[in-house]
Amino acid sequence: MSSASASVATPELDKLLTVRISRGNGLGDARWVEYQVPWRANQTVLDVVTEVQRRLEPSLAYRFACRVGVCGSCAMTVNGQPRWTCRTHVSRVQEDGVITIEPLRNMPRIKDLAVNMDEFFAKWRKAGNTFQGKATRHEPTAVVSPESKQRKLADAAIECINCGVCYAACDVVSWDKDYLGPAALNRAWTLVNDERHADPKGVLRQATTDGGASCCHTQGNCMKHCPVELSPTGSIAGLKRKAVLGFFRRG
Amino acid sequence: MESMLFTLQRLSALAMAPFVLVHLGVILVAVRGGLTTAEILSRTQGSWGWILFYGLFVACVSVHVPIGLRNIAVEWLRLPRRAATSLAALLAVVMLIMGLKSVASVGGLG
Repeated sequence: MSSASASVATPELDKLLTVRISRGNGLGDARWVEYQVPWRANQTVLDVVTEVQRRLEPSLAYRFACRVGVCGSCAMTVNGQPRWTCRTHVSRVQEDGVITIEPLRNMPRIKDLAVNMDEFFAKWRKAGNTFQGKATRHEPTAVVSPESKQRKLADAAIECINCGVCYAACDVVSWDKDYLGPAALNRAWTLVNDERHADPKGVLRQATTDGGASCCHTQGNCMKHCPVELSPTGSIAGLKRKAVLGFFRRG
Repeated sequence: MESMLFTLQRLSALAMAPFVLVHLGVILVAVRGGLTTAEILSRTQGSWGWILFYGLFVACVSVHVPIGLRNIAVEWLRLPRRAATSLAALLAVVMLIMGLKSVASVGGLG
């Protein structure tokens, strides 16, 4: 091992990071608990939470899986903003050597940093987001031109990892319990533009019914916080546009 | 329903944009030649252009405003959608009746 890599791996024990974590079981017992962990080089917020759980607080509940920004499990509120913690470096978010970590907003807490995402995924389904193919497995694979306008629109929104960051960032979700939220509507926009889908009009109908796209105020919090830099705001605008045009076509 | 209300609110906003601009112009013109009730009514009463313009303006407002207030009732008062819709419909009728009554009075129809 080279001396350079050894110095990166060695904890800088003289430098400590203060971590304030919101703990509780969702029954009105929320409280802040402060921990101190070694402030290491190239440390992510998820590393910090893991260090607290492994070394200081074994009962701390949190959720993670892939640790590389693919699974969408580890989102939390860091210094007041929803973020994917596995790709958020402490150096980018710490304020005077302190970071605060809370569960995601707009979803009920199960315990500590783990939230119940049932409603998030129920709304995801309610927006009509189940793919319905037109062809059977006995037919040849559909040929979709990546250059077609529709496919480009779908591609621009397709990489959602369902982390719930946009849902937590959205003020309309916090005001209107029926609002389907940015992630569900973003997914609906990809299906509306998927030429292999059997019922894109049905998806549009479901995505623009009560609590659908028209509730969006275009504040853009979802777009600002999306860790994979998608624009659910743009997708929702697309759904609104299609709904208005559909209104005229129906007469 | 949501989709229709969304469309109606956008269309009414679109229609109201020129109404508002003309209305601002009317205010500038209306102050000329005296501001007493009798002087203003002498300029508006019997003017079918004025009556038509403000009649349509009132109709647009009666569509646009209740839809916006319905959204506020859902988001800020946490009213169920059905209750908010009923309240907004009632408001639309009241605004339309009051607005048209005013137009009729000032226009010299009633």
